[in-house]
Amino acid sequence: MEAQLILENGARFSGTLFGAQKDIAGEIVFTTGMTGYQETLTDPSYAGQIVTMTFPLIGNYGINLEDMEARRTNLKAFVVREKCDYPSNFRNEMDLDDFLMEQGVVGLEGVDTRAVTKIIREYGTMRACIVRGDPSYEEISHMLNGFDNSHVIMDTTAGHIYTLNENGKTHIAFIDLGAKDGILRDLVKRGCRVTVFPANVSAEVIGAAKPDLVFLSNGPGNPLDAPGTVDTVKALIGKYPIRGICMGHQIIGLALGCTTSKLKFGHHGANHPVKDLTTGNVYITSQNHNYIVSDFPDGVEETFVNVNDGTCEGIRHKTLSLESVQFHPEAAPGPLDTGWLFDRFLREVM
Amino acid sequence: MPLDKSIKKVLVIGSGPIVIGQAAEFDYSGSQACRAIKDEGIDVVLVNSNPATIMTDRGMAAKTYIEPLTAEYVEKIIAKERPDSVIAGMGGQTGLNLTCELYDKGVFDKYGVRVIGTSIASIKEGEDRDSFKRLMERTRQPIAPSEIVTNIEDGVAFAEQIGYPVIVRPAYTLGGTGGGIAEDQEQLVTILSQGLHLSRIGQVLLEKSIKGWKEIEFEVMRDGAGNCITVCSMENVDPVGVHTGDSIVVAPALTLADKEYQMLRKAAIDIINSIEIKGGCNVQFALDPHSFDYCVIEINPRVSRSSALASKATGYPIAKIAAKIALGYNLDEIMNAVTGKTFACFEPAIDYVVTKIPKWPFDKFFGAKRNLGTKMMATGEIMAIGNTFESSLLKGIRSLEIKQFTLEREASKKRSMVELKRRVIVPDDERLFDLAELIRRNYHLEMLSEITGMDLFFLHKIKTIIDAEEELKQYKLESITPEIMRRYKKMGFADEGIAELIGSTAREVYKKRIEMGITPVYKMVDTCAGEFEAVSPYYYSTYDTITESVPSDRKKIIVIGSGPIRIGQGIEFDYCSVHCVLSLEKNDIETIIINNNPETVSTDFDTSDKLYFEPLTEEDVYNIITLEKPDGVVLQFGGQTAIKLANFLAEMNVPVLGTQPKYIDEAEDREKFDELLEELNIKRPKGKAVWSVKEGIEEANALEYPLLVRPSYVLGGQGMEITRNEVDLVRYLTDAFNKDSDNPVLIDRYLGGRELEVDAICDGTDVLIPGIMEHLERAGVHSGDSVSIYPPQHVPDHIIEKIKDVTYRIALKLKVIGMINIQFIEFRDELYIIEVNPRSSRTVPYITKVTNVPVIDIATRVMMGESLKSMGYSTGIAPKTQTVAIKVPVFSTEKLPRVEVTLGPEMRSTGEVLGVGHTFIEAMYKGFTAAGTTIPKAGSTILATIRDLDKENFLPLAKRCHKLGCKFAATAGTAKFLEEHGIPVQQVKKISDGVPNVLDVIRSGMIDMIIDIPTKSNDIYSDGFKIRRVSTECSVSLMTSLDTFSAMVDVMESGLSPDKVDVISLDDIK
Repeated sequence: MEAQLILENGARFSGTLFGAQKDIAGEIVFTTGMTGYQETLTDPSYAGQIVTMTFPLIGNYGINLEDMEARRTNLKAFVVREKCDYPSNFRNEMDLDDFLMEQGVVGLEGVDTRAVTKIIREYGTMRACIVRGDPSYEEISHMLNGFDNSHVIMDTTAGHIYTLNENGKTHIAFIDLGAKDGILRDLVKRGCRVTVFPANVSAEVIGAAKPDLVFLSNGPGNPLDAPGTVDTVKALIGKYPIRGICMGHQIIGLALGCTTSKLKFGHHGANHPVKDLTTGNVYITSQNHNYIVSDFPDGVEETFVNVNDGTCEGIRHKTLSLESVQFHPEAAPGPLDTGWLFDRFLREVM
Repeated sequence: MPLDKSIKKVLVIGSGPIVIGQAAEFDYSGSQACRAIKDEGIDVVLVNSNPATIMTDRGMAAKTYIEPLTAEYVEKIIAKERPDSVIAGMGGQTGLNLTCELYDKGVFDKYGVRVIGTSIASIKEGEDRDSFKRLMERTRQPIAPSEIVTNIEDGVAFAEQIGYPVIVRPAYTLGGTGGGIAEDQEQLVTILSQGLHLSRIGQVLLEKSIKGWKEIEFEVMRDGAGNCITVCSMENVDPVGVHTGDSIVVAPALTLADKEYQMLRKAAIDIINSIEIKGGCNVQFALDPHSFDYCVIEINPRVSRSSALASKATGYPIAKIAAKIALGYNLDEIMNAVTGKTFACFEPAIDYVVTKIPKWPFDKFFGAKRNLGTKMMATGEIMAIGNTFESSLLKGIRSLEIKQFTLEREASKKRSMVELKRRVIVPDDERLFDLAELIRRNYHLEMLSEITGMDLFFLHKIKTIIDAEEELKQYKLESITPEIMRRYKKMGFADEGIAELIGSTAREVYKKRIEMGITPVYKMVDTCAGEFEAVSPYYYSTYDTITESVPSDRKKIIVIGSGPIRIGQGIEFDYCSVHCVLSLEKNDIETIIINNNPETVSTDFDTSDKLYFEPLTEEDVYNIITLEKPDGVVLQFGGQTAIKLANFLAEMNVPVLGTQPKYIDEAEDREKFDELLEELNIKRPKGKAVWSVKEGIEEANALEYPLLVRPSYVLGGQGMEITRNEVDLVRYLTDAFNKDSDNPVLIDRYLGGRELEVDAICDGTDVLIPGIMEHLERAGVHSGDSVSIYPPQHVPDHIIEKIKDVTYRIALKLKVIGMINIQFIEFRDELYIIEVNPRSSRTVPYITKVTNVPVIDIATRVMMGESLKSMGYSTGIAPKTQTVAIKVPVFSTEKLPRVEVTLGPEMRSTGEVLGVGHTFIEAMYKGFTAAGTTIPKAGSTILATIRDLDKENFLPLAKRCHKLGCKFAATAGTAKFLEEHGIPVQQVKKISDGVPNVLDVIRSGMIDMIIDIPTKSNDIYSDGFKIRRVSTECSVSLMTSLDTFSAMVDVMESGLSPDKVDVISLDDIK
């Protein structure tokens, strides 16, 4: 069925629906990763978003039930130039179309995704909708205005407290802001016992679990919308070693007194160069964020910086055991170049 | 680290002549490196034996030497120029081997030269088979079970152990020369003995075949600080078993899930970190399609054909960045020139599909064994960009200039299912079309994937195209709606392809399409998938609605490139196109290049103001013209590829710069041209077109033998031949008319005189001849295959005057504006004309360099309306130099099984070298050396088989060789003849006389040179053919013309050696 992608700035692109057949509104972003569409689809950080893939051929190797980053997809819609109808891979279990249908996610194909990308680059991340038929201006405004992504962290966080790897030695209190499974895999792989807490957990509950280290995950949306997590972290600073990735990094930043702000169109892809300010080495990283941390108070120092735009990619506290990064050392999708960061994160508690 | 300030002068070593496996890509990378070094204010000393390259231009380096690429000569250059550094990885395998040799000999130590970029130790770890194996063990990278062997017995024993099939890979050879897949012991012995012989160090790797696994390549870069990035992944559509140079390749890899992709990417980075690459490196993997198992096939610690492809596919200039790294910079200190904002330390994101298809020389080499394997056979390649696989592939197919616009091929249609199946299992150059035909006949895709090893993903995509073709056949021009038209254009079909399928003409389809308002838009290649604003002016077409290419209002000219490198149309034309652009730029004109060859300098996005990476068909070119509305289009520099667009562009009222299409046609059309010569009273060898054998015999008797015969319309590889009697003529004509009775055969009187050639520039009033070239071999040898001498050494003044006069009159009569190339024969003191090409020719780079007349610059300015007089030139021949420069052809026939190697009227060489000397002998000596020809000395053995006709002419040469202490070996006839004349000779058995025969003697390595003057060529069953093949395959120097041999004897008598000759830089040519 034909449908239109309508952007907040008025741009319209027609395409063909696949997956779930419905009208939706969301925030549109693009990602430049050439592989890893399945990880992208299941990354909770994309919750509420319409994700445009810049690579034109998507679905080539199908879907398998191993490479999931969460049990379900959280994004609103998936926009591609061409979906693959005959995927081929030894692990292929489903094709993209059926998977999106099963997940209730809208797919749109046949779109000039490069043109969409250039508009987002120019005008910044914005609201957009995918609609069937020929809706009026009012109907579109209504849809776009009805879009609210402020509850998205609570939509994607764990519903209850649970533990992974019961017999693990080091105990991690893991605050789930909409976590990718990849981070959990990396912690468990290193022998950690991981207790996963919802995003609105209090410092007391964390304290009662007697963790060796507190870890804040990635997650979708604006860190300022996080439900009390900043205050929780403030109360934990100095008491436990604290680590964080992506949204977790932003929350830690806010708790330390840094500010966060929104990038024009974010960093979404698997090719972002990040410089380690200690060694001068540059690593290619996987990234997926719209917000950045800046304005570091005394005692806080930048550890990594983005080579392209100079934005902050990591911070640490000069005296306390506290460190976080903006990029994704767990990769999935993306390069494995910074996987060693998990060892560094855990070194003092292992 | 920033720039290493201790580097003041860098030696860059080029890759030498174009051969199969080492083509224009090293001119591209070498030129980039030279520019990158020069930009830092550092002097470059360049050595390359290949005069056709852009890198050997004046101005590219502080000092340029066109000298043989041997350790002796490079040492002399080092001693003279005293560079402080040398960069190793820019000159392909040739440059790399030479650098290693100089290092091993202690030459760098002796002169205090430092190797910058990747170190020799790292290179050796990657290149030497044994240390590569240890490296893989150290980095815990899997490789196929393998062993290095140095003799046949060990090889056979190892193969028994791991089981057949077994892959044979000789160490240190180009494009897999001498390698192959052995299915059993017999095949192993054959391939192994050849491989052991060809390897520089007598080492061959035997390895278990992983035929059928996916072949994936990564281009990776690393700087001195250890920062690593991967520029591009590439996937071979043909799986392991077909050399990557002979495979259809897509970029990025299309069938890998992120886990597989990251697994291989990490492996590539771990490897280059481990050997501490400083620059670029290519890593090839084989990946089991059914698991995560993989193995590393090989690494190339240098820029390569794949790195050129990756650079063009992504917009990331690998060679340039590698050079900057060698100078000390880290990746995060080097700007990304495409965005101008981001840095070289990132990984390009692609938002399109790139397809590379090899261009094979089998149209020229009829009778060649066309099976593709681990030895590369393609001479060139094309690249196509589309935003679907289908459009990328279809664009690629029409870029090949094989008259294919769809996947439907007549030859494949005629084949039975059984035949098609057999053919796709053993791949050759037509596999894609055979495969398509099987799919069209509903052969199961799963089974097809199983028997070919090609991924189902690609087979389904090919099926999509075939389904579309079959669907299109249901339509007529009238029934095509705009929706349908748009759908097929989006899929990548050319107007011509649609026309073929619906039974219409390209022109009609075009008309209809324009009426419907369906025209392409152009998207940008920007390294970042649109994430950052890009300043790179590099485009490809799609049938979307939003275009990114906005024409400027500047005065602008489109220069049409020459497409893929093939025999007869090589790197020379890229040289011309690039120089045309440089000339136009100097005059503040916007330049636009259209080309499809990823190996070249012309398709570097830095070369012109705008680059369109598109097929060179009428439709694709005209679409760009419609958008850009240029002030003119230049065709003269793009070889036959560009020239054949002339009539079409004239019809479309597109302004063609320079000589007008009408006159181009007049020169190309034989009858019109004959009339013109008649009118000017200029002689040409008498000839006639005949339509039957009978008519042929009659004409032959009137013209007198020997005769040059050739088809008027080249079909099925029937080439030119010289026939000396009626028997030969009848055989030739019968054969020709059997193959094609619809076209006549041309019969010309053959004049065995001296061939002469000029390139000239005409402005409509004056005609400037930069120089006259004399061919060493007499007429009958294709001009591209003869040794060419400048200035002429044996031509009387009155002939020179006559050449000037005839050139002047023809150029004016043809209303040439720009370049013209004329070939003459001087026969019995008369001048005859044999060919006129109203365009730039293959000798232009050569003549430009040796005469120092900027030929292309002048021609371009003439085309733009300037007069020769205003530039300070007038009618006549430019003053000749005292220095002699001799162009010697180089062949790749050892890489093409069953191909004839005799010099003849059909061109066979792939490249050329230049010998520059103070005298003819010196230049000839260097020319032979540069071409890799053995120069026999006292004690050397020369094997001679001479046809009766030439025995008397051979005698004096043989006597001179005998006097020099050379020994002779010969088969019965020639042996008897030599003995009768008092020359001792070792008689060897003919092939039919049992073993050891002449072939065994050649294989044994006791022969230093073979002189074989054949009675006839192209007969694969004759002894002569076999002798020539074996000599080529065993790398024994072969001469098939007494003229060449005579020059060789002169050289031998001169007693020259490297220490007795000077190295001469371009600036020293006086």
